[in-house]
Amino acid sequence: MTAVSFDTAPKTAARRRERWASGRTYLSAAIIFIWCLIPFYWMIVTAFRDVGYTFDSTPFFTHVTWDNFTTVFSENLGNHFGRNLLNSLFVAGVTTVVALLFGVFAAYALSRLEFRFKFLVLGFVLGASMFPGVALVTPLFQLFTNIGWYGTYQALIIPNISFVLPLTVYTLTSFFREMPWELEESARIDGCTQGQAFRKVIMPLAAPAVFTTAILAFIASWNEFLIASQLSNDQTKTVTVAIAYFAGAQAHQEPYTAVMAAGTVVTIPLVILVLVFQRKIVAGLTAGAVK
Amino acid sequence: MSTLAQPKRAPETPSPKPKKVQKEVGQDRAATSQGRWAFWLISPALVLLAVVIVYPVVNAIIMAFQKDQGLDPVTKVFVQGGPAGFDNFVHWLAQQCGSAACAPGTLGAQFWSAVGTTFFFTVVTVVLETVLGFWMAVIMARTFRGRSALRAAVLVPWAIPTAVTAKLWFFIFAFDGIANKLFGTAILWTGSEWPARWAIIISDVWKTTPFMALLILAGLQIIPAEVYEAAKVDGASAWQRFTQITLPLVKPALMVAVLFRVLDALRMYDLPAIMTQGSNGTTTLSILVVDQIRQGFNSAAALSTITFLIIFLVAFIFVRFLGANAVASATPKTTKGQEK
Repeated sequence: MTAVSFDTAPKTAARRRERWASGRTYLSAAIIFIWCLIPFYWMIVTAFRDVGYTFDSTPFFTHVTWDNFTTVFSENLGNHFGRNLLNSLFVAGVTTVVALLFGVFAAYALSRLEFRFKFLVLGFVLGASMFPGVALVTPLFQLFTNIGWYGTYQALIIPNISFVLPLTVYTLTSFFREMPWELEESARIDGCTQGQAFRKVIMPLAAPAVFTTAILAFIASWNEFLIASQLSNDQTKTVTVAIAYFAGAQAHQEPYTAVMAAGTVVTIPLVILVLVFQRKIVAGLTAGAVK
Repeated sequence: MSTLAQPKRAPETPSPKPKKVQKEVGQDRAATSQGRWAFWLISPALVLLAVVIVYPVVNAIIMAFQKDQGLDPVTKVFVQGGPAGFDNFVHWLAQQCGSAACAPGTLGAQFWSAVGTTFFFTVVTVVLETVLGFWMAVIMARTFRGRSALRAAVLVPWAIPTAVTAKLWFFIFAFDGIANKLFGTAILWTGSEWPARWAIIISDVWKTTPFMALLILAGLQIIPAEVYEAAKVDGASAWQRFTQITLPLVKPALMVAVLFRVLDALRMYDLPAIMTQGSNGTTTLSILVVDQIRQGFNSAAALSTITFLIIFLVAFIFVRFLGANAVASATPKTTKGQEK
């Protein structure tokens, strides 16, 4: 955008300066690229490295082994990582579905209908998404202990909804506002029934928005740590909590390589998701912030 | 095609005469029916939010005014509970345990240091993330080959769970870890005060700068290229173009991004909780609340209410005085127009 040609300067000097500018752009881009990916790369390298070479600083794959992954899933060492994964999947999945079910209707109304207090409702939703998790944990801890919900799935899903639902409403509202709703009217004029117009025009248009929001909601819930660390027990522990308090083969020794392996297992699906849907996720993240 | 629809819709449309009357009343009725629709569409979400947020918060406020059961630390008499007035708040704000000052090392003695730590982390991380994020956004806004690869790479730190980020940087900053080897240092990163703080700050900056950069990038992209062209023709230097065009035009998006990040940083928990367990002067307010939960619900409720009020106050100051109006940018264009 800023690297446009310098028409007013003499030709050769301009070209030299242009090349210098684009060289700097590539250098900066390379620095950003490396800075963002190197720690992630280091995690994967360590995940595949023999425990004995934990602190080896060779920058590429050496002493490659699958042992760390076996440790991660080893029930004998007291790791129930498979179960933790399913717990996270279940909690994040249910949270996402519930948030979308409630969020889609609210977002439709907020983006398409005129009514009083719209500003107030949006303010409330936005305020809710900024809400500190600790302010919920204390009362919920006592409440759930009293009614015997401590360590149940609903004890994790309910607080998660408190920050995933506002995110869903907010993102979907901005997406829906950008949609060409006139097409619904055109479809009706062209002879579609209301049902057909909804099924054949609105659904395909809204699907990407809903899908992107679902990814964002899922990631937000999947990454949650504070609430899960306080309100889950061994049965319902999620992956983020499991990784934070991981048990290695030796007691009193930080199992770095196994933790990196666990981190890799948790992160790779997310990274693939992000790389595949990069454009949509960026749109979803920034929706509403600028428009 | 429209002839196909005609017979279907015909029975629904009333005869021409009452139609005219209806049109005048209809305008009003359309508005009220939209309002009614909106009510039914929105209330499920609002009721759900009220159940999961408002109810616990009201509960916390009620709890905050109750005594914790247990032995009084000073008189060693069993306290039965019951109304406490503002005692729990005084306990934290004045760091008073019973009638004396809280003993050093107890949770009660850490309130103001936790406030200080929280604000220190917030200011340093948000400033670093804003500056670095701006730089990243400017680079990503340029056209060059591999731009989409860069944008994808930037999303990787964002997608990694904070708990994993914490463990990853804990490993990088281990005594025998790569950070010390790379810089030839022998620092106990997570074992002493300032290195521990910087380790947390660096991890946070790594994880959240991309988010900041993407929000700023979105703000940059709505600036038309012609504005820059015109400024260049008028002889504005690169620096002048940045301060006179880019900054003012990107300001609304920037302020929203900063607001989001500030409120997020004020509730920072995951990174210090996992990397240092709050030791070595890295106890944030969130960590203090969680530590207190198991020592007394009501006292913890008072502290979480204070935390909530602090965050609310900061948000209010941002929106009121610095013009970070996230709500306005989320409402349709009509509101935006009025603002200008």
